[in-house]
Amino acid sequence: MINVSKLKKGIVIDHITQGYGYKIFEQLGLDKLDDVVVLMRNVDSEKMGKKDLIKIETDLKLNFDVLSIIDPGITITYVIDGERVKKVKLAPPQQVTGILTCKNPRCITNQEHIDNITFRLIDAEKKLYACEYCDARTSL
Amino acid sequence: MYSGKHLIQPSDFTIEEINDILSLAKHIIQNPKAYADVCKGMVLASLFYEPSTRTKFSFDTAMLRLGGQVIGFSDPTTSSTAKGETVADSAKTVSKYADIIVVRHPKEGTAKLMSKFADCPVINAGDGGHQHPTQTLTDLLTIVNYKKEIKNLKVGVCGDLKFGRTIHSLVTCLSRFENIEFVFISPEELKMPGYVKEEIEPLGIKYTETDNLEQAMKDGLDILYMSRVQRERFISEEEYLRLKDFFILTKEKMALAKKDMIVMHPLPRVNEIATEVDSDPRAVYFEQVRFGMYVRMALIMTLLGIKDVQ
Repeated sequence: MINVSKLKKGIVIDHITQGYGYKIFEQLGLDKLDDVVVLMRNVDSEKMGKKDLIKIETDLKLNFDVLSIIDPGITITYVIDGERVKKVKLAPPQQVTGILTCKNPRCITNQEHIDNITFRLIDAEKKLYACEYCDARTSL
Repeated sequence: MYSGKHLIQPSDFTIEEINDILSLAKHIIQNPKAYADVCKGMVLASLFYEPSTRTKFSFDTAMLRLGGQVIGFSDPTTSSTAKGETVADSAKTVSKYADIIVVRHPKEGTAKLMSKFADCPVINAGDGGHQHPTQTLTDLLTIVNYKKEIKNLKVGVCGDLKFGRTIHSLVTCLSRFENIEFVFISPEELKMPGYVKEEIEPLGIKYTETDNLEQAMKDGLDILYMSRVQRERFISEEEYLRLKDFFILTKEKMALAKKDMIVMHPLPRVNEIATEVDSDPRAVYFEQVRFGMYVRMALIMTLLGIKDVQ
């Protein structure tokens, strides 16, 4: 068992579905941080069997939309002076802007560069969103 | 930036707004001369990035009959697009000249993109396989004309239900009216897609699916909406040839139908309706073309904020 010291100040992203940790790490751009970041994979979990977990030693402002699209079951805990001060449970947002790209090759967004495309939630369970331009279903 | 209404898909209008447009179109049909100058001094830009005869003629004629003028192109190689101009820039530029833009484009979502950048109303005249809302308005005006009102109707939709964008738009739009029932008639390979059925099911819409056109006719349809099996949607030519003749409407089949059932078709047809059916008074598909022009006149007036003269 690898021991990672208790966080004094920062954020714990817990209950990440096993295998999703690296995806979240990438999407949040954690590789660009100068602060301490720990990605733990395949951690034993009573509830989940195995899970991934990320600890970040910083005040980073997280993009909850990205997190909830990738893995809506995760929990986020903010820690100050070694104490948990806030716990956030995620739900898929009704709409997301500037995160997803349309996978429909016939969509105009794949011909022209368009910033901040909005997608609306179609199916929370399947994490399916519809493109505001062509209505095609897509997920992260 | 223009912040008023556009027509990108049928759901952009409420049922009340659709009824207002249909009602205005009926007034125009009754007295077209009264509307001959209502758009005098106004310009419609008709931007057709892919070929179309019917829809382009319909919009151009609609504006001309309202006393307005038309500019535009039907061959994008003669426009700034050939120089690499983006759709967004074209929208900004053209809306400096024109009062209203009509756009057809092979890419899905183009009309929506234009509407975000244009300084005037934008009408979607077809964006790839996505939406064709003015065909839906055309269909609704046709139904109102022959059935008096859009309610308590059993509508058979036949042919290519998988790829037919006009059919998807019509079915989802009709589902917003009172007591509409559908019979989806198609071969297994061209069945109505799940996402269309998922959209109408929560509205409590009754529908059945069959591959038996004769039986559906006997069961008392009020409207039979035929559609073409589109060659361009198939990857395999063999598959297209196998399915294209699956349903052909003939005089014999028409004999099974109600006396007041109407046959509609967005046109062009290939061979799914035998020409012998054309002379049947219930065949209204060529009249549909005329209604298309009138409903586009009403739509142009509505989006330009021109009040009914009656």
